Amino acid sequence: MKEIIKTEKLTFDYTVYDENGDETDKNRVLTDISLDIEEGSFTAVLGHNGSGKSTLAKHFNGILLPTDGRVLVDGIDTSDESRIYDIRQTVGMVFQNPDNQIVATVVEEDVAFALENLGVEPKEIRRRVDEALKTVDMYEYRKHAPHQLSGGQKQRVAIAGIIAMRPRCIVMDEPTAMLDPKGRKEIMATVKTLNRDYGITVVMITHYMDEAAKADRVIVIDKGNILLDGTPKQIFSNVELLKSVGLDVPQATELMYELKKSGLDVPDDIIDENECAEYIYSLFCADDKEQ
Amino acid sequence: MLKDITIGQYFPGESIIHRLDSRFKIILDIAYVVMLFMAGNFYSLAMAGVFMLIIYMLSRISFRLIFKSLRPIMPVIVFTCLLNLFFIQGESEPLVRLGFISIYMEGATTSVFMAVRIIFLIIGMSVLTYTTSPIELTDAIERLLSPLKVLRFPVHELAMMMTIALRFIPTLIEETDKIMSAQKARGANLDTGGLVKKAKALIPVLIPLFVSAFKRASELALAMECRCYKGGDGRTRMKQLKWGMRDIVAVFVMGVMIAVIVLLNISIPIFGL
Repeated sequence: MKEIIKTEKLTFDYTVYDENGDETDKNRVLTDISLDIEEGSFTAVLGHNGSGKSTLAKHFNGILLPTDGRVLVDGIDTSDESRIYDIRQTVGMVFQNPDNQIVATVVEEDVAFALENLGVEPKEIRRRVDEALKTVDMYEYRKHAPHQLSGGQKQRVAIAGIIAMRPRCIVMDEPTAMLDPKGRKEIMATVKTLNRDYGITVVMITHYMDEAAKADRVIVIDKGNILLDGTPKQIFSNVELLKSVGLDVPQATELMYELKKSGLDVPDDIIDENECAEYIYSLFCADDKEQ
Repeated sequence: MLKDITIGQYFPGESIIHRLDSRFKIILDIAYVVMLFMAGNFYSLAMAGVFMLIIYMLSRISFRLIFKSLRPIMPVIVFTCLLNLFFIQGESEPLVRLGFISIYMEGATTSVFMAVRIIFLIIGMSVLTYTTSPIELTDAIERLLSPLKVLRFPVHELAMMMTIALRFIPTLIEETDKIMSAQKARGANLDTGGLVKKAKALIPVLIPLFVSAFKRASELALAMECRCYKGGDGRTRMKQLKWGMRDIVAVFVMGVMIAVIVLLNISIPIFGL
């Protein structure tokens, strides 16, 4: 399959300035990161605070430009200023705080914002706004003011504002971090629909292991380097390595890990609750038979 | 407590006044103000008042709102009245003489005239904000001012700022509430003491509020950039303002009203002013 985002030896430094505005120091945030995101995939990026995962995300649509190396979006170099709006239309970005992404005072006006910026015909805007709102299941709230909505609903409006542009990829920077459990579930369901039914590539930065477990691919970033890269099952079987870099594993995996430590012979690639429950159930059944 | 603040004074409705094109409403409101200042005697002023009353009836807004809109402006009206009452000197004998103060007939009539004029002015302005949503108003202002673009006046930026301000008022009010509660929980005393003490007590509320507002602004700017915001050039709008028959009728009615006022001014000897 074709890759939609490609980074080649991406390196990024933050320059530190002193009070007079002179350069004093450089902080290396990302070192030699090379990765491909395939079109249509669902990738989760995990990492501890300060690991550089948000910085990496900001390179995917040219908000930040690499100090060294390059980033290609659909074959376009992000440092090509003349194509920046093509890049931003291809890769949309959703941020953590839904409140700080909504521009307009009415839901539908906000969803229309990107299309208005791109100079789309009014009738076409109307059609795409309605479509985007229906996709995230917020159509009936189109006349509401943002402050009347819950966190999860606001975040869905923010997502609608992005998908109205019809991007081929959406990068989400911890979209559920400020939401309650209900809002988190709503967003995860929406993200799944976008990926599965609409074929939109999703890159999701998160620190919730249970969310990462739902992706096709998990990339673990630590201190600006790619530590692990693989399917969720492969990644979460490295319980000790993950814990050593300050990350958790999904609760189901944690349970399996502890069972194994205490001497039970359990598989180490179980990552979701249902699988875990079924396995434990089968253990009990086996015990019954022995008696 | 802060949540009770209403944003704008818009009262949604479906009346003919609500449905007028917001651009026309702004222009007609300006015409009404001009008309009020053209009215030179009590007859024409009364006529303008009756006209506004009919508009209120058409818009189906509760009459109580008229008084509500007048309340904050009351001190100004009283002040103007008193100034006119005491300082205008007539040719006839004063009505009252109290030490160095003397009140003349001319002063009394002018002061009443001015008061009525200011009251009509406020009522006329508030009918606009009562029947037009802030979004429509912003849109209308952007479009009405758009000729100024030639003079490099930042029309689009102004409208964008108004929209963002309107959008963030409820968010920031909520935040203020939160910060106040947090500071109270740490023993801050926000409700008692004199004016100076109260103002000083607000500092620990305002500083975190400002810090957070700046943070929000920077995040919003980033989100806007991600959605291809590049200023007003080449921008389209989803909602197009459309004017129709009713707007033309409204302009016609306004024209007739101004003519009537002018006729009244001419036919009845101009009083005082």
